[in-house]
Amino acid sequence: MRKKISQLFRKNRITFLVKKEFLQIKRDKRLLPTIIILPIMQLLLFGYVVSTDVKHLATAICDFDRSAASRQILSSFSNSEYFDFKYYVKSQREIKDLIDEGKARIGIVIPPNFSKKVALGETAHLQIIVDGSDSSSANLALTYASKIIRAESGKVSQELLSKMVVQKPIPNLSPQLRIWYNPNLKSVNFMVPGLMATILMQITLIQIAIAIVKEKELGTLEQLIVTPIKRVEFILGKAIPYALIGFCDVVLIILVGLFWFKVIFQGSLILLLFLSLIFVFANIAVGIFISTISKTQQQAMSTAVFITMPSIMISGFIFPVENMPKVIQYLVYLIPLKYFLIIVRGIFLKGIGLKTLWPQVTPLLILALVMLTLSTRRFQKKLSD
Amino acid sequence: MSLEENFPILTEKLTKKFDSFTAVNNIDLTIKKGEIFGFLGPNGSGKSTTIKMLCGILEPTSGKASVLGYDVYTDAEKIKERIGYMSQKFSLYEDLTVDENLEFYGGIYQVPSDQIDQRKEFVLEMADLKGRERELTANLSVGWKQRLALGCALLHQPELLFLDEPTSGVDPLSRRHFWDLLNEMAEEGKTIFVTTHYMDEAEYCYRLAFIFEGRIIALGSPQEIKKTMKEKVFQIQCDQIDRAFQILNQFPQLEEVLIHGANIHIVGAKTDLVKNLIPALLKENKINLLQIKSIEPSLEDVFVSLIGREAREKIRKEFLPCEPPLN
Ligand SMILES: Nc1ncnc2c1ncn2[C@@H]1O[C@H](COP(=O)(O)OP(=O)(O)O)[C@@H](O)[C@H]1O
Ligand SMILES: [Mg+2]
Repeated sequence: MRKKISQLFRKNRITFLVKKEFLQIKRDKRLLPTIIILPIMQLLLFGYVVSTDVKHLATAICDFDRSAASRQILSSFSNSEYFDFKYYVKSQREIKDLIDEGKARIGIVIPPNFSKKVALGETAHLQIIVDGSDSSSANLALTYASKIIRAESGKVSQELLSKMVVQKPIPNLSPQLRIWYNPNLKSVNFMVPGLMATILMQITLIQIAIAIVKEKELGTLEQLIVTPIKRVEFILGKAIPYALIGFCDVVLIILVGLFWFKVIFQGSLILLLFLSLIFVFANIAVGIFISTISKTQQQAMSTAVFITMPSIMISGFIFPVENMPKVIQYLVYLIPLKYFLIIVRGIFLKGIGLKTLWPQVTPLLILALVMLTLSTRRFQKKLSD
Repeated sequence: MSLEENFPILTEKLTKKFDSFTAVNNIDLTIKKGEIFGFLGPNGSGKSTTIKMLCGILEPTSGKASVLGYDVYTDAEKIKERIGYMSQKFSLYEDLTVDENLEFYGGIYQVPSDQIDQRKEFVLEMADLKGRERELTANLSVGWKQRLALGCALLHQPELLFLDEPTSGVDPLSRRHFWDLLNEMAEEGKTIFVTTHYMDEAEYCYRLAFIFEGRIIALGSPQEIKKTMKEKVFQIQCDQIDRAFQILNQFPQLEEVLIHGANIHIVGAKTDLVKNLIPALLKENKINLLQIKSIEPSLEDVFVSLIGREAREKIRKEFLPCEPPLN
C-alpha cells in the first residue's frame, strides 16, 4: 500500500518540486525569519504606532447659551476621553484662529437659543468645527461627537416624553448617525483584518517572485527548462509551497489579532482560510508575472514594491475607496486586494458568510483565474534575448 | 535507418542575432550518431548560444535545425525528453545535498521508481561520490560538482548529450577522468556535443569544428584539420623561455609566436627567415638556443593561423597561450 502511494507520487513532478522548495526554504537562513517575524512586526507596528484612535483632542468651547441644557451637553463631551476642554472663548472667530494655529483640533459652538429650542422640543443646532487638514482624525472626531449628541438627544427626548402633556415632536439634536459593527470605534478591530490582507499579499507575491528570479540568477532555471517539465507543473511546484506559507501567516495573524489585540472575530475561520487561498493565488500570479520581467532579485523586489504599495494605498486599506477620484475607483476594480479587504473585514467584524460576500468573491475568483492564466502563458520555457 | 537516426544533429544556416549583433552566423552542422563532436572557440564566439538553440531553450533568428529528428522551432519539448544538458555555469542546487539533487532530477525526468536507486548508484559510482551523498553540493570541489552535474544529466539515460565547457576550471587530473567518462559513453553509442576552449582537449574529439565570431572556420577530424594547414610551424627549444618569447614576439615578420608547453612555436613565418633571424636574435640577447625544427602543427597552431593576425591580437589575452595541458 505504502509502496503504491509512493509510486503515485513519483509519477508527479510537482511533488518533487514542492519537496525541493521546502528543503531550500528550510536551509535559507533569511527566509524563515521573513516569513514569521515580518508579519508579526508589521502587525505590532501598525496595531500600536499607527493606531488611528484619536483621544484627548484639544477642544475649544464657545457657549452663547450658558444654560443648564448647554452645560449638560458640554459635560457629556468632557466626560468622554476624546475631548479635552482647553479653551473657553467668546466668539467663533477665536475658535477659527485656535484651529488655524493648531492649538485646538475641534471647536464646539452652542447657539444662544439652544436651551429654549430643546425645551420647546424643536430641533436645536449645535455647531461642531473640526480641523479638516487631518481628515481621518477629523472624521473620527465628528463621529465621536455625533455619537455623544445622539445619546444626549435620546435622554432629552425621554425626559420630555415623561413630562409631556400634549403631543409634541420629539426634539433632535443631530441627524441620525449610527455606527455599526465596531461600536467602540477601536481602530485595531479595523486594522488587524486589513493588515492580514496586506501582509498576506506582500509575503506571497514577493516571495514567489524572488524564488523564481533567484533560480534565474543562479542558472538553475536554465537547467530546469531543458528538462521535459511542463510549465503548469513548474508554476504549481513553486506556488504550492508559498501558498502554504501564506496560509500559515493567515493563521499566525489571526492568533496574534485575537489573543494580543483582542480583536473581535465573528465569522467562520474555514471560510476565511478558503477565501484567503483564492487571494493567495491571485498574488502568486502577479509574483510570477514579475519574475518574467525581472532579471535580478533586486529588480524583482523593486517591481514588487512598485506594484504592492500603490495597491495598498488605493484599495481601501486606510482610505475609503469612495472618496477617491473616479479614475482610481475604476482602477481599483482590477485589484484583488480591494475585494479581499472587504471580505476579511466582513468576516472578522460582521461575521457575514458567502451569501453576503459573493459580490466580492466572484470578481476575486475571476481575477485570480485570469491572472494565473496570463502569467502562466507569459512564463516560457525559453531564455529571453 | 533514417537520416535523423544517423545524424542526431543537423543544422542549416543556423543563425542567432541579439539585436543587430550576430552571435551565431550561418552554421551548418552534421553530427553523426555515437561521436564526440567538439565545438571549439574562444570566449564569446557563440558556442553556448549554439547549444542553447539546439536544446530548444533559445529561439534561432533564422536557419534550420533538427535535433533527434525534431525541429527546434516547433518540437522543442520533445527534444528535451531525450537529451541531457550540462550548462556552462554550474546549475545544480548548491543548497541541496548530492542525494537530494539526484532525487530531484530523477523525479523531474520521471525515472521509474524501480530503477531510480540503480541509476543513482551508477551516477555516484561514476562521479566518485559514493559515501558523500549527504554532503551539501556547495561544499564539493569544482571537479566533483561537474561530475555530479554530468550525472544528473545522465539519470534519464539520454541518447544525446550537450556539454557546455564541462571542464572549465577543473584541475587537469579531473579533466582527464572526465574525458575518459565521455569516451566510455560514446563507445556505448551516445552522441556527445561538447564545447571547450581548451585546445588540448580537442584531440579527444572524433570530429570538431572551430568557431570564431559566430562562424565555423574549420571542420573535420583533428587529423584532417591539421592537414589543411599550409603554413609551416617551427618549434624552438631554448633557455629563458619567457624572455625569448617576449623578444621574438616583437618581430612582426615572425607572424605568430606562441608558448606551447616548454617550447616556443612560430607559425606562418618563412623558413629562411626563421633559420637566420632567430639564432642571431637569441644570441644577441645571450639566450641559449637548443634546437629549431619544423614540426607537425598542433590544433592550436592551425587555429591561430586561421583567424588572422588582427583577430589574434584581440583575443590573445584570454585565449592564448593555452591552459596547462593534460597530463
Ligand atoms: N542574451 C544575450 N543578449 C545579448 N548578447 C548575448 C546574449 N547571449 C550571448 N550574447 C553575446 O553573444 C556572443 C556569443 O556568446 P556565447 O554563445 O555565450 O559565447 P561562448 O559560449 O562561445 O563563450 C557574445 O558576444 C555574447 O556577449
Ligand atoms: Mg559559453
